[in-house]
Amino acid sequence: MPRSVKTLAGWARTAPSRATVLSGDEVASTEALAEAIAGAGHRGVIARGLGRSYGDTAQNAGGLVLDMTARDRIHSVDAETGLVDLDAGVSLDRLMRVALPFGLWVPVLPGTRQVTIGGAIANDIHGKNHHSAGSFGQHVVSMDLLTGTGEVRHLEPDGVESELFWATVGGIGLTGVILRATVRMTKTETAYFVADTERTANLDETIERFSDGSDEAYDYSSAWFDSISTGSKLGRAALGRGSLARLDELPTKLRSDPLKFDAPTLANLPDVFPNGLANKLTFSAIGELYYRKTKNKRGQIQNLTAFYHPLDLFGDWNRAYGSKGFLQYQFIVPLDAEAEFRAIVRDIAESGHVSFLNVFKKFGEGNRAPLSFPMPGWNICVDFPIVDGLGAFCRSLDERVLAMGGRLYTAKDSRTDPDTFAAMYPRLDEWRKVRDAADPDGVFASDMSRRLRLTS
Amino acid sequence: MIDAVGHPSSLLLLGGTSEIGLATAEKYLEGGPVRVVLAGRQSPRLADAAARLTRAGATIETVEFDARDAAVHTEAVRKAFAGGDIDVAIVAFGLLGDQEKAWQDIDVAVELAEVNYVAAVSVGVALAAEFRRQGHGHLVALSSVAAERARRSNFVYGSTKAGLDAFYTGLTEALRSEGIGVTVVRPGFVHTKMTEGLSPAPLSTTPEKVAEVIVSAVSSGKEQVWAPAPLRAVMTVLRHIPRPIFRRLPV
Repeated sequence: MPRSVKTLAGWARTAPSRATVLSGDEVASTEALAEAIAGAGHRGVIARGLGRSYGDTAQNAGGLVLDMTARDRIHSVDAETGLVDLDAGVSLDRLMRVALPFGLWVPVLPGTRQVTIGGAIANDIHGKNHHSAGSFGQHVVSMDLLTGTGEVRHLEPDGVESELFWATVGGIGLTGVILRATVRMTKTETAYFVADTERTANLDETIERFSDGSDEAYDYSSAWFDSISTGSKLGRAALGRGSLARLDELPTKLRSDPLKFDAPTLANLPDVFPNGLANKLTFSAIGELYYRKTKNKRGQIQNLTAFYHPLDLFGDWNRAYGSKGFLQYQFIVPLDAEAEFRAIVRDIAESGHVSFLNVFKKFGEGNRAPLSFPMPGWNICVDFPIVDGLGAFCRSLDERVLAMGGRLYTAKDSRTDPDTFAAMYPRLDEWRKVRDAADPDGVFASDMSRRLRLTS
Repeated sequence: MIDAVGHPSSLLLLGGTSEIGLATAEKYLEGGPVRVVLAGRQSPRLADAAARLTRAGATIETVEFDARDAAVHTEAVRKAFAGGDIDVAIVAFGLLGDQEKAWQDIDVAVELAEVNYVAAVSVGVALAAEFRRQGHGHLVALSSVAAERARRSNFVYGSTKAGLDAFYTGLTEALRSEGIGVTVVRPGFVHTKMTEGLSPAPLSTTPEKVAEVIVSAVSSGKEQVWAPAPLRAVMTVLRHIPRPIFRRLPV
């Protein structure tokens, strides 16, 4: 079968590169994968899932890319223990549909369900419940990793190979190919949320809501904030906070089918958007609408789309940015850097670089993984259309984030430099040691690993 | 890798003392760290170029390269890629020479043809091979408006650049399906050491301005650009002017 060469990019559609992609039957057996890894050649190999990372983590110019989505078997679901044993190519969307009838909920959900288990582990993804549940790696009971030497290693978080387990969590595919995992799901009585929504008038109020202890009452919490308005409206936000609903909290008409997968979508956006449509005018207008639509209401019952994935109403929404694409800038800074954090939010609003999808969240404790992004702190995510001067602006943000002891998220980054990244992740060398031992010949490589010089 | 905002991690200058090449490196260095490989003959000028870019924040490697010696081109290009991926390579070497001598003295004419055309083709072949091997990259070739329509005063130079221009324009097509970009740059009169003492043509420009054109073209994937941009329209007209009129024009 001829190998197919494809141009791959991240979700933000910047910096595409070409690679030989193996998919379907070519990745079906572990033997085939091991053979592909052994014959990967000098440009190396990286696994890829559904391509929702924004930057260059899952592409490998001139090399080999393993499209893992064909490996999508769910081997077992245990309603008693909450454990699900499944292949790395299964999407969270499918896992959710399969597990819900058993009263099991995906323990960590990012902003989209269109990510694979392998990607969820490799990026150690987080969601609105980070402060109560941590990140995805903390819910993985075990996993099978195919390493550069062709061995399958069974890893557990506290087992003899715990170091390799935690280097793989957040290790963006560079320790090996995640084949299969056992995930501990969250038990739930319903597929709905009891949610409180409210608006804040400015940044002070927004920070206050996340600092006054009220956050602890919710399992899920985050805010959309206005990053365009300056002055008195600076940092105003629409908060959505809630917890999974208990059966007795549902209205009668939903009680007959409380675990129904209820996540409506409207339409896919066509690929016809011109560059420059995503501008201050359109973003301000949509932002104003979104802000005003949010009412101060308590105890609403909301489905998954309404509470968690409003963007899923529109598939392929990344097309709205035109062919030049965009850039996600997500950073976290420690809680004690609040003053400088306020300044950075102000400077983003005043920069002239406009962003619409702005997420604000206070994170809880991090985990043992050396390259895991979350730590206790203020997390901000903004997305800028690609325009002249954006690189310089982001570099200035990098310096300030670093000075505060903060860092960037690999699943989002598409532009930082090796020294900055290394300074943001002081445990990088510790991770490299474990990685190099598992992949002595340096078979695993990606565009990101080259850009950030993560591997030798 | 060239990142999401068009910033490369590494840059290869073939013709490591080229003023346009160095200005382009400096322009890139404004956007963050860059590893720069300078390919040229060992000389005080090359050392100065290395020092200048080091001051601007570059990590410098140098590779011995002589445009006149086609036998070593493949090896020099291979060495340039040995230290890691090259994201952007600029074919920046070239000679202007004494144009009156050039059409009357075989040695001068052949040297111009060898450096500006033969060497450009030879490194073009070597670069294409390396870029295909690494699966990504962007190639920039410095052509000239003289390639589009040579004048009485510069036609030997113009003929060599016309050859280079045609080669790299074709290479653009050959490499497109491999995801490798090529940009052919056609500057007008650029104030450099090479043009010192010559009277500038209209729309004359500087290495820094040409550098801006190059950086923007690479980031937006443009395959053919003029520096300054208005020369595109000017040359479109000039190309079609009948010879009796063209020879009287003060250009």
